[in-house]
Amino acid sequence: MSVLRERVTVVWLGLIVATCVTTWGLSKELFSPSVAVIGIFTIAAVKVSYVMLDFMELRHAPIPVRAAFQAWPVVVAAMILGFWFATP
Amino acid sequence: MSTLSRPGTVTTSRAVPRRLPGVDGVWVAIGADAVIFAILFGSFMQARLHNPAVFEASRHTLNSSLGGIDTLILLTSSWSVALGIQALKRDLVDRAPRYLLGGVLTGLMFMVSKSIEYFEKFTQGIAPATNDFYMWYFTLTGIHLLHVVFGTSLLSYLWIRSRRRAYSSLQRVVPECVASYWHLVDLLWVVIFPLLYLQKAA
Repeated sequence: MSVLRERVTVVWLGLIVATCVTTWGLSKELFSPSVAVIGIFTIAAVKVSYVMLDFMELRHAPIPVRAAFQAWPVVVAAMILGFWFATP
Repeated sequence: MSTLSRPGTVTTSRAVPRRLPGVDGVWVAIGADAVIFAILFGSFMQARLHNPAVFEASRHTLNSSLGGIDTLILLTSSWSVALGIQALKRDLVDRAPRYLLGGVLTGLMFMVSKSIEYFEKFTQGIAPATNDFYMWYFTLTGIHLLHVVFGTSLLSYLWIRSRRRAYSSLQRVVPECVASYWHLVDLLWVVIFPLLYLQKAA
């Protein structure tokens, strides 16, 4: 078992890069608040999705269970962004 | 644990049986916890809606770099535990303990990081009663920290048992349950971090 060849390692590297982009890139003053917030929460939802699929092994779970869990990051990100745009 | 297809389940094109790791009950608990946190996130956003200026000013007092490092720590922890499960599936029972220990140590690192953060806040005179933002900050991070403490304790138990070669490809129900819970702890932080630390005002 070579750690470097494991799918979870590739996913982990992607999650690390995405976190760095969000924390030390998108959150800075380079972007307008709306672009930054949409980007930050979209990336967060994608990260959660990959944690579910590859770390939690939901990729091979029964379809209804996988669909229910995969809906969570979509609903949460949409709810947060909905509130954000509704806030004066 | 069942590695066989359950009646009525669908298989992939490669005929990999579809299954949930661990036992179904754990997934009910994980799902319920995820829904509760989603409600808490919505409640936080509703509170922010009524007082955005206070939330924005308070957010600036948080250390976003430390929060980002916390995220990197938990993602690494999840990865290490996932490797431990992969090792068990392949009966590499000598390797599993080191990966599980990686999960324990990174869990402890997160606790130390959060302790430093809380200490900083308290020395600055910031407490849950300071304002609504800090009430939510301490509530969300505090409940999450309790999850981390519980998960790290479970991982420590797994590590000790795995050193005694208690788990293998045929005996991995408990490790899979704990790992699934630990990944939940990770993904909750993936949302809590931007919610509290990175969410700019419009």
